Amino acid sequence: MVYSFPEEVLEYVFAFLSSDKDRNAVSLVCKSWYEIERWCRRRVFIGNCYAVSPQIMIRRFPEVRAVKIKGKPHFADFNLVPERWGAYVYPWISAMARSYPWLEEIKLKRMVVTDESLELISKSFKNFKVLSLSSCEGFTTDGLSSIAANCRNLRELDLRESEVEDLSGHWLSHFPDNFTSLVSLNMSCLGSEVSFSALERLISRCPNLKTLRLNRAVPVEKLASLLRRAPQLVEFGTGACSTEIRTDIFSNLVEAFSGCKHLESLSGFWDVVPAYLPAMYCVCSRITKLNLSYATVQSPDLVELISQCSNLKCLWVLDYIEDAGLKALSSYCKDLQELRVFPSDPYSAEPNVSLTEQGLVTVSAGCPKLQSVLYFCRQMSNAALIAIARNRPNLLRFRLCIIEPQAPDYLTLEPLDTGFGAIVEHCKELRRLSLSGLLTDRVFEYIGTHAKKLEMLSLAFAGDSDLGLHHVLSGCESLRKLEIRDCPFGDRALLANAAKLETMRSLWMSSCSVSYGACKLLGQKMPNLNVEVIDERGPPDSRPESISVEKLYVYRTVAGPRADKPDFVWTMDEDGALRFS
Amino acid sequence: MSSEITKELLESETSGVLKTELTLGLPGDSLVQKSGIKRGFSDVDLKLANYDQAESQPPPQAQVVGWPPVRSYRKNLIKNCKYVKVGVDGAPYLRKIDLEILSSYQDLLTAMGDMFTCLTICHVLNERKLMDSANGEEYVPTYEDKDGDWMLVGDVPWKMFVESCKRLRLMTSSEAIGLGAAAPSTPSKGSSTSC
Repeated sequence: MVYSFPEEVLEYVFAFLSSDKDRNAVSLVCKSWYEIERWCRRRVFIGNCYAVSPQIMIRRFPEVRAVKIKGKPHFADFNLVPERWGAYVYPWISAMARSYPWLEEIKLKRMVVTDESLELISKSFKNFKVLSLSSCEGFTTDGLSSIAANCRNLRELDLRESEVEDLSGHWLSHFPDNFTSLVSLNMSCLGSEVSFSALERLISRCPNLKTLRLNRAVPVEKLASLLRRAPQLVEFGTGACSTEIRTDIFSNLVEAFSGCKHLESLSGFWDVVPAYLPAMYCVCSRITKLNLSYATVQSPDLVELISQCSNLKCLWVLDYIEDAGLKALSSYCKDLQELRVFPSDPYSAEPNVSLTEQGLVTVSAGCPKLQSVLYFCRQMSNAALIAIARNRPNLLRFRLCIIEPQAPDYLTLEPLDTGFGAIVEHCKELRRLSLSGLLTDRVFEYIGTHAKKLEMLSLAFAGDSDLGLHHVLSGCESLRKLEIRDCPFGDRALLANAAKLETMRSLWMSSCSVSYGACKLLGQKMPNLNVEVIDERGPPDSRPESISVEKLYVYRTVAGPRADKPDFVWTMDEDGALRFS
Repeated sequence: MSSEITKELLESETSGVLKTELTLGLPGDSLVQKSGIKRGFSDVDLKLANYDQAESQPPPQAQVVGWPPVRSYRKNLIKNCKYVKVGVDGAPYLRKIDLEILSSYQDLLTAMGDMFTCLTICHVLNERKLMDSANGEEYVPTYEDKDGDWMLVGDVPWKMFVESCKRLRLMTSSEAIGLGAAAPSTPSKGSSTSC
């Protein structure tokens, strides 16, 4: 039956399929569908840059317009992955420059991007539109100058959370005078001051600008002028708002904000003087996303602002909000879907704010649509976790960080096994979970039994034995990413569940009890995995095989062992020998 | 298969005996028969980790790398916090150290000694050095200042140093010769006393 459809018809139908899962399914139906699909796939997502090579991607999908590539493991965000580990984007750019002249979009996360790569991007793709560098590093503002100067059709430049060597703010001035296509600019991670007049002129001549996230260096007294030139903005991030409050600045700001009828998202607010917050009240009722995680203001001022945001869906805030503020949140913001509470003083042993487990319980009770939580706090109880689980069975992401490692239930001094057990038992759609506090192997038994939709699990200082790891690897059917630090998990669970690792994207284990011998064995037995030992102490061969490795990163791949390893990474080989790059 | 493994692991934990007879349980296959390896890893002489000799408890909170899991840019922006990278000549890793929690050059040396555990502090006259007792190599702390120049640590008042320091490097003594503002007439610098 399928052969009666001409290719063009199938191709037309396939064009309606945007999800990778659907396209992958289509490509498995038969050879001709595989062929048709691969020629018309325009977007490719590569979850691990070492799982596949640029050549393999290009060979299969010759007509790609948009790529998204992720590099370093997530724990790189917390300095657990050493410098010079890898995730270089240049080989990808260089290969795509040759084969994808019509490439429009490059989105990268946790990759090392050099100025050379940026220059190559700017010169190779004539219709380049979108550059998004999330948590990347390795480039300077000179690289941005190349992008600004050469990408005539650029729509998006998003540098979120990247570490950029900031040589000067001059890069912005490289956008040509006839450049008008900008839709989105996020420069919030940069330090240097850009030329304000260049910024004003850029904004004035880009009528489609919807997102503008300024950096800290833009002072509050300059905001009004920018907003007046871009009243169509949907997403806006301020710079520092620390200038002493003055009536004229304030009233200008009020006027400018009231002209912005389409604003939905606000961020920035570095060092904000609380007296400026009321200038935003006029837009609050339309705001759906609010990032106050740099605003070091106290709870009452936060509540004043939040209480006006009846349509708020997503709030990122510091723990200055305290339990009282979260109570207000739960009563004013009934549409809330995502809450992230960050610690204002993560290293002090004593709490500096009155934020406890109670705040989260209250929000879980009052916000029926809450599905995504990231919460830092200093105390937790099983009772609270059970309440949260019962209140919110619709949770998708639950990341709890109790600041003191291995902190028990503060009421009963018991482990928090039953609390987290309730979370996985009630929240049947849970996709992401991060645990903390005192936890035994029992919590992993609960997780293995109930968390059938769990895709990503993060563990630290948890568990008693290999049984814990075994429960997770044998029970969590949907598991794709597992990251573990400082847990007493060793060889047996890992080796007994070796096949499971091929069904996952990656496994990270650092400061655990996996021996070098076991790593070698795993590498021998599983040719489709790269089993990489990261060790500062020199070649693992120079120590007894029973000694635990410092860090282990295991991932499935069709590209074979890495060719670009630094001198502290070793791939466990099929031959049982150490492979150096 | 999985329940058998669970049972074995449970039994071995409760009996206190670590069993080594656990085959590599790849579902539904016969293990890959490579020459020299017959039956999973029970034939391989692995000494399994003994958890009674577990690594020591995690050190006090402030010293645990990457905990709590807060991104660097958040740490530097919120708290009065100044993280700078620290490297050692010849070592592959860079580390990060928060200068704000230290109050003196002595604190800094101590922190660096803690961080790179193979190095010990060694004082000779007014010099501040660290030594690797394994190879006798001496390291001198140096830093890159705001202007991009590499200077010897210790010449300016502590607060001024914290303000201007962009990154630190422990250089071998030989590399560090000619750095910074050492005046040739100062007797303490350039002396070659071993410690």
